[in-house]
Amino acid sequence: MTASDKGTKASRRAFLKGALAAGGTVAGAGAARASGDPLITETQPWAQYLGEGVDATPYGMPIRFEDDVVRRNVEWLTADTISSINFTPIHALDGTITPQGCAFERHHSGAIELRKQDYRLMINGLVDQPLVFTYDDLERFPREQHVYFCECAANTGMEWAGAQLNGAQFTHGMIHNMEYTGVPLRTLLEEAGVQTEGKWVFVEGADASSNGRSIPMDKALDDVLVAFKANGEALRKEHGYPVRLVVPGWEGNMWVKWLRRVEVTDGPVESREETSKYTDTLADGTSRKWTWEMDAKSVVTSPSPQSPIKHGPGPLVITGLAWSGRGAITQVDVSIDGGKNWQTARLAAPGQDKALARFYLDIEWDGSEMLLQSRAHDSTGYVQPTKDALREIRGENSIYHNNGIQTWWVNSDGEAENVEVS
Amino acid sequence: AASDGPYGLGREALPEEIAAWNHEVMPDGTGLPEGAGSVEEGEMLFSEKCAVCHGDFAEGVGNWPPLAGGEDTLADKDPVKTVGSYWPYLSTAWDYVHRSMPYGNAQTLSDDEVYAIVAYILYSNYLVEYDFTLTKDNFLDVEMPNADGFIVDDREETEFPTFTQEPCMSDCKDEVEITMRAAVLDVTPEEESEGEDQASAEQAQEAAAGEGAA
Repeated sequence: MTASDKGTKASRRAFLKGALAAGGTVAGAGAARASGDPLITETQPWAQYLGEGVDATPYGMPIRFEDDVVRRNVEWLTADTISSINFTPIHALDGTITPQGCAFERHHSGAIELRKQDYRLMINGLVDQPLVFTYDDLERFPREQHVYFCECAANTGMEWAGAQLNGAQFTHGMIHNMEYTGVPLRTLLEEAGVQTEGKWVFVEGADASSNGRSIPMDKALDDVLVAFKANGEALRKEHGYPVRLVVPGWEGNMWVKWLRRVEVTDGPVESREETSKYTDTLADGTSRKWTWEMDAKSVVTSPSPQSPIKHGPGPLVITGLAWSGRGAITQVDVSIDGGKNWQTARLAAPGQDKALARFYLDIEWDGSEMLLQSRAHDSTGYVQPTKDALREIRGENSIYHNNGIQTWWVNSDGEAENVEVS
Repeated sequence: AASDGPYGLGREALPEEIAAWNHEVMPDGTGLPEGAGSVEEGEMLFSEKCAVCHGDFAEGVGNWPPLAGGEDTLADKDPVKTVGSYWPYLSTAWDYVHRSMPYGNAQTLSDDEVYAIVAYILYSNYLVEYDFTLTKDNFLDVEMPNADGFIVDDREETEFPTFTQEPCMSDCKDEVEITMRAAVLDVTPEEESEGEDQASAEQAQEAAAGEGAA
């Protein structure tokens, strides 16, 4: 960063603050001076000189002005950064497809590097013929394409006991939504021939943590995908290159990355990731296990703590994401007064099964403070509950599966804060 | 040989290949290999290979997981979940240690070493005496305190009926009060005194990029 860039940034900030303090709108094309806006009246360098050639960037990154739209880590959450989590910058994104380069990561023994040539997938256990596939074998099976969200079971987990982290990225960013290409797990299981005693599959990754999980056969034969492409290209290393499991609607932990083995079994393995972890402790000390589905959930991504209102009163776009692991989003309601009154928002496109939906509510903001909330409905008739309604049933120690309604307190300066309301 | 399946893709997995990858141990002991290890042997191994993160007595160091303690805390405000206080099956401890520990150097423990380390974890949880030796044969005799502490997901019965009721759309409550604020707790990373998340993130990025170039 050059000194002059710094100066520009600082003065821009000062200017924004000044404009907001004065209660005025921020200068844009609308704030013409007597002599005209120099960005229009004076020839700008980009209108005079040449830009970059087509050979400058064989594989591009976002323009540098967007370099705050990145994954972030919260250091105190975990013991180290290897078995840890980072967060998708959902506050800055729009639409529904998550750019892979800033889609969140969750590893238990780090992101491993596994070449296609070194990749092997084994199907064993209660099958007629245990099999080994190479990566090339997988590309010869008939393919399917689907868009699904992958949400960490722990998304919003830090908020069980109250408002903690100040930003949608941190409270709701353990999620991504991609278009996957892959082979149905069903196809591979049929290739091996599942025996009648085979009621479960145990799936594990090639990494040191293995992340083994048990999945009932009904789900395995239904919509689980063995995926090798996401958003049009190969999976990213950190997302399981070259092959991961896609388990639509179910908690992200079961989306085993670097998938190396599928064993057909007669019962669940009760592995570490489904006993010690990914079990949800209730107020009386007993714990739910096998809480696979992710319930209907939503969040306003803007305005939000990392995405304040900078333009002053007037037209305001309220937008956010909604999703359900049990079906499609059918409706999203938005409240600006902490849940006293609700308006039905507009879905950018009809909700898709187990995928993110984008909603908008266009309002005329009068500059007064708001308590912003969103409430998702899904195709089963389920309506997203409040955090208090969840706590009434579960207590505060579930860790996982917090799909309670989020509140942002927007003050008259347009700044937003993560709060809880009565 | 190619598969007999509809597409004839893949090849038969050989027994030695299955043996190399198929390691998991089920709650009923299926998958356990022959072997044995004593608490005393486990104590030595634990101190050498595990204690740096998990503590000499499996009590945990810093943010690393404790493996012992926390008995009768599951209904507390801050439950302490360990092998002794929480894990339902001993098979999981054997399987996980064997497959994924030590962290950063996994799959380096022999079967007997895993038996010994698991025996020491049991001892640290006051579940066996110091002269105990864990073997394939007595494995299922060990009683796990929280074996009955789990229920299968019951949201369908306990939550779904409540949360499928028609929601209120207007005049839903008289008062709304802010009861908690994240800014008061102030644990969100990369905040600066001026309180602009966005700007501070940009600066942090640029600083990191500068270091990378240098």
